[in-house]
Amino acid sequence: MNMNLTLKIWRQKNASDKGQMVDYKVSDISPDMSFLEMLDVLNEQLVNNNESPVAFDHDCREGICGMCSLYINGEAHGPDRGVTTCQLHMRMFKDGDTITIEPFRATAFPVIKDLIVDRSSFDRIQHAGGFISVNTSGNTIDANAIPVNKHDADDAFSAATCIGCGACVASCKNSSAMLFVGAKVSQFALLPQGKVEATDRVLNMVKQMDEEGFGNCTNTGACEVECPKGISLENIARMNREYLAASLKG
Amino acid sequence: MSGILNSSIGRKFAMALSAFFLMFFLLQHFSINIISVFSPETFNDVSHFMGTFPLVQYVLQPILILGVVFHFVMGFVLEIKNNKARQISYAKNNGAANSSWMSRNMIWSGLAILAFVGLHFYDFWFPEINTKFIVGDMSGLVDPNNADSGFRYYEELQHKFMDLWRVVLYVIAFVFLALHLLHGFNSAFQSVGANNKYTKGLKGFSKIYAIGIPVGFIFIALFHYFNH
Repeated sequence: MNMNLTLKIWRQKNASDKGQMVDYKVSDISPDMSFLEMLDVLNEQLVNNNESPVAFDHDCREGICGMCSLYINGEAHGPDRGVTTCQLHMRMFKDGDTITIEPFRATAFPVIKDLIVDRSSFDRIQHAGGFISVNTSGNTIDANAIPVNKHDADDAFSAATCIGCGACVASCKNSSAMLFVGAKVSQFALLPQGKVEATDRVLNMVKQMDEEGFGNCTNTGACEVECPKGISLENIARMNREYLAASLKG
Repeated sequence: MSGILNSSIGRKFAMALSAFFLMFFLLQHFSINIISVFSPETFNDVSHFMGTFPLVQYVLQPILILGVVFHFVMGFVLEIKNNKARQISYAKNNGAANSSWMSRNMIWSGLAILAFVGLHFYDFWFPEINTKFIVGDMSGLVDPNNADSGFRYYEELQHKFMDLWRVVLYVIAFVFLALHLLHGFNSAFQSVGANNKYTKGLKGFSKIYAIGIPVGFIFIALFHYFNH
């Protein structure tokens, strides 16, 4: 059965605008629509009424790019588990529901417009060390020729599934980015190619994370629950070990 | 190594180490207090030893006070920093959907424990310091001029738990302590990087510790209230 909904949406003209929650009504929403399609319906309605459409981030709409965000009814990516907002279906809601939609909130994720936030702080953390240097000396060993323990390979792959959407930061009561940074540190720390720069990597990435103004992790575990890719808290523990070992090395 | 305490992970690590130290102290404190239920004489002897042995008095006690102060101060510092990391709150936030009440309210359970520590110091620590270091009576006797009068510690303990209001306050404080430990115990292990195949078993042990120790302290307080 199609649904009629009330939406409470954060509207903010630009980064310096104070912003406020605004109520909208949408009707005849199919339960098979994705959440973003429901917002498309609202925007068509707004454009037809000569009103400014609600700005929100999206790209692939397949749950793999990490572009969509949104804090829906008090949870990052809404009430479903293991999905991004673009994969959240309207069947998770009931006819007559009021849905609160806000941008991801963090000092390090400033609002650009409406529901769009600037997540370039994640890019700067990656630039600080989230890579391996592959020098083309002519003697580079083929990656497939390097033996890797199966468990390590699996854990590295799991860590590498982080799409950097920022749900961990949005869900954390402290706006901590440790799940994101933990995943990015882990995916390299577990592999032989990543061990060469492991010390500098973790020190530089954590330093950049702190400079960006993210909060301190207090191990509530909210990030792990809300992560659309199921990134585990083990990655934070591994980053902690890597960081302490790197600090001792100097 | 330089600047490790200025980093978020370094602060986390330091917080965890002080937590381990305080949890070990709590176990030791409980082990001594529970003796009072079974044997007043042994409790008096152990209390006198702890109160007069130089290593305990002049080395371990200052370290303990430093650990307590560090844990509280760092807790406040982290809370202030974390509040700065999100200056605009959500209009609607469903924290219960992804985390425990205990993990989200460590600052409040911590403040309740801090208030209790103040009362506990007023009840026991300040009078003890006054007797030993200001009055100068290191004898531990009920009557310092009478060697046969016996040690005063058990009598003082029972005297404090005669008041119902104090027992009620102690019970409330221990409930907050349990809530604090239910998150803090495991959190400390995660902070030092221990998240492995033993984590599941550790979580079970942490529940036993986090509930067992405060319930034990509550039992001691009630025991002396009903048996003075």
